This record gives sequence, C-alpha cells and structure tokens, in this order.
Amino acid sequence: MLELIGELFSYSFILRALLVGMLVALCSALLGVSLVLKRYSMIGDGLSHVGFGALSVAMAMNLAPLQVSIPVVVAAAFLLLRISENSKIKGDAAIALIASSSIAIGVIVTSLTSGMNADVYNFLFGSILAMSQGDVFLSIILSIIVLLLFLFFYHKIFAVTFDENFAKATGTKVGIYNMMIALLTAVTIVVGMRIMGALLISSLIIFPALSSMRMFRSFRGVIIFSALLSIVCFFWGIVASYAFDTPAGASIVIVNLMAFGISSVIGLIPRS
Amino acid sequence: MAQITAQNVSMSYEKKLVLEEVSFEVLQGDYLCIVGENGSGKTTLMKGILGLMPLKSGTIRFEEGVKINHIGYLPQQTVVQRDFPASVFEVVLSGCLNRIGMRPFYSGQEKSAAMKNLQKLGIENLKKKSYKELSGGQQQRVLLARALCATEKIVLLDEPAAGLDPIVTSELYRIIRELNQEGVSVIMISHDVKAAVENANKILHIGNSIEFFGLTEDYLSCEAGIRFLGQSQGDRFSIHKERRSKKGETDYA
Repeated sequence: MLELIGELFSYSFILRALLVGMLVALCSALLGVSLVLKRYSMIGDGLSHVGFGALSVAMAMNLAPLQVSIPVVVAAAFLLLRISENSKIKGDAAIALIASSSIAIGVIVTSLTSGMNADVYNFLFGSILAMSQGDVFLSIILSIIVLLLFLFFYHKIFAVTFDENFAKATGTKVGIYNMMIALLTAVTIVVGMRIMGALLISSLIIFPALSSMRMFRSFRGVIIFSALLSIVCFFWGIVASYAFDTPAGASIVIVNLMAFGISSVIGLIPRS
Repeated sequence: MAQITAQNVSMSYEKKLVLEEVSFEVLQGDYLCIVGENGSGKTTLMKGILGLMPLKSGTIRFEEGVKINHIGYLPQQTVVQRDFPASVFEVVLSGCLNRIGMRPFYSGQEKSAAMKNLQKLGIENLKKKSYKELSGGQQQRVLLARALCATEKIVLLDEPAAGLDPIVTSELYRIIRELNQEGVSVIMISHDVKAAVENANKILHIGNSIEFFGLTEDYLSCEAGIRFLGQSQGDRFSIHKERRSKKGETDYA
C-alpha cells in the first residue's frame, strides 16, 4: 500500500491534481454544509452544468477555460440564487431548466466545432490530466481566497444559514452573505470541475456535509469534520483510481458514498 | 417617552393590502399583545417593525435609545431550523452578531453575555446540547435567550407558544412576564386572547385596520374585546379577577 502511494507521488500530474483537488474538496465541504442546510444543494448541481456549457464554448473558441467559465458561472449563481429566493417561480424546476439547457448548448457547440471527442468526455466526468501549470496556480489562489473568506465570515454564515430572518432583523446584511456564498460556490465548482467533471462535482459539495451531519450535532463539529472527511475521501479516491485504473472523479464519489454509509451507521448508535 | 411609534402604517403582502392606517406606540416597560384573526396582518406588522418587509406608507420610529438593529426577535419556527446541527450555545451566541461589526470572531464579552442569558432562562445546563434534540419548549427558551443577546430593551415575539403544550406554555409566559418586570419591553403576537389579556398591559387588536389599541382593562370592556373574547359578562369578570390576583402574587414575589 505504502509502495503504491509512493509510486503515486512520483508523478507530477498526480501531485498537481492532489494539491488542487484537496483544496477544492476542503472549500466545497465548508460551503456544502451551508448550502445543504439552506436547501440550496440543487444550486451546486445546476452551476456545474452551467460550467460545462461555459467550458465547452471556451474550448471551441480557443479561450482560456477557467477565465471564461468563472464569470459565466458566477453570473449563473446570482441568477439561481434570485430564482430560489423568489417563491413565485418554482426554484427547482428553473434550476433543472437552466442546467439541461447549458449542457445542450455545450454539446452543440462542441459537436459543431471539434466534434464530440475526448474533451467532452473529460468535461463531463473529469480528468486529472486536465490541468495546466497555469490552471493549477490560479486554482490554488482561488481556493485560498475561498478559505480565507469563509473563515473570516464564519459566524455571519452561521447566522444567515440558521435563521435568515433573525439575522436580517438584527442588522446583518443577509443579501450580501447569500451572494458571497453563491460566489464562492461558483468559483469552487469551476475550479473543481476539471478534475471531478461537471456531472460529479456536486457530490463534493453534498456528500461530506451529509455524512458529517449524521454524526455531529454542533455546527462547528459538522463543519470541521466535513472538511476533514472531504480531504480524506478525495485522497483515497485518487489512490483507488490509480490502483484500480478507474476514472478519478467517479472513484472519489464512490469513496464519499462509502463514507456516507459508514457515517449513517455510526449516527444510528445511540449516545448517552 | 415612546420606544416605538408607528403612525398610519399601511402594508401590503403580494400586492394585497393587509394593513391599513395602523398607529400605536410602545413605551418603555410595556407588554403589548397583538391579537386578531388569521390573516389580519399581525405577522406582516411585526415584519414591518423589524424592517423585514417594506411599509407602503406611514412611519415607524425608534426612540429612547432603541435602535433598529438592536431588537430581539423570536420568529415563528421554520421547518429548516428543526434539523439544523447547532449547539445551544452556538444558537444563543449568534444573537450577539449585531455587536461584532466587521470583527470575524466573538470576544469574551459576547460569550459572557450569551452565558448570562442562558442562566436567565434557566437553560445553562443545555449549553452543549444539540438544538434539534431539545423539546419545543426548550427550543423556544433558546431562541428567547438569543433574542435577549441582541437587545436589552425590547423583544418581539411571534406566536411563541405555537405548538407547545399547556404546561410548557404557561411556563414560557411566566418567563416572558419576568423579563418584562425586569424592564424589557415585550411585543407579542398571540392567538391565545385569554393569555394575552392576563399578561399584557396593552392590547393591539387588528383586523387589517385597528379594531382596538389601548390598555388591557379598557379592551375587556370595549366592543371588539367582548366580541373577540367571545365570553359572557361573568367570564369577563373572572378574567379580571385572575389578572388582579396574578398581579398581587408577583408584587409579593
């Protein structure tokens, strides 16, 4: 086993994927707790589909993928947030609409230009080879910004997540924090999408939060454990993908699924 | 001097006018109950006071050192909160958020304020418990402690007893009465008119516009009060008496 891990570390592209991936796993786990509790899980899913569309268009036009998809996904995040807050429109239906349209646009654009090829497959299901040196650098900076903002506004995020009306009534600028959560989520999703794939990235947001909520009863406990769990699952997912020669994104999701199963069982044990 | 003065407030909800020309004031130390039928605009009015919903016309002014962001609020419980992983202390402490400004963390001062309010409501033993595992009555006390962290002057309560059993309800009313006697002004929406007239010194009865605003004593003998209480003359006197005796008790206590 150690030998296998040693071997893994000798490849620089795997090291790069591990570094970026673990940072993204950390960010998405932190944000995921808030999103899941605010019933915004579907926004994460919707955004990743928008990300696919943006990525396909960027590739077809020979533009830098991250630089194009980040603003597009951020704009989509604000839009989806507005839709979810507005009770007159059915939020989940609107998200499904935007998500499938984005995929369709992405697929059409790709098939008209370079044709359906390995790129599309990689966008959908992820690839650890996808990241260039520049992407890695940008991803690390973005992840660190997400982390710092999250830590800095931790208590505000808690208040806004737990009880938006109370926070608003006592003077917290709820709208700004909701927008910040959406913005950070958008950035995290775009950065993580290259490795995890558009169809699988939302699992990084949802699984660690859910697993952690099975076992922990305080917000801080849930946040800390879901961050740790997410990093650990990501690492073992990459190891498994190398050992069994399976796609990285899917392997990480399966490891997360197993962790969820174990957490659920542990959560059933009554405590004194 | 009035802490809150509302003048000719009109509000609409989803383009329907639900409140028309409502005026009232809350003095320091008042215990005001807002009563009225379902859909009479009670919660809308409370949201207007808190700045959660815009006023269509009219004004709501805060005076006597009460600031808009320093009002304690106990909302009607939402479903989302019920399965939320949070410790009691985390919830109560979040009431202090309006004091920390741009600071990222709470200081010892805020933590001790949260502790003080836990003790005040007799729930310091629940500090580390998970909020979602508490009973309904305990949860309401936690939210009341949080509201007190946000203010020392005035609390707004939206149906605090909804879904609680009678014993827990009367316990909660006792706590609220005690807070009021310590000088905290209380504005409470209540379905329970009987409890409202037993506890409050002022009643605001709305049915989209004002049906009555004034002292509880006067409410008991005014037309709107008699109709809403739906009770005979005799019963009314017994409430009067109960109220008197309750006052007597607390005087000696």
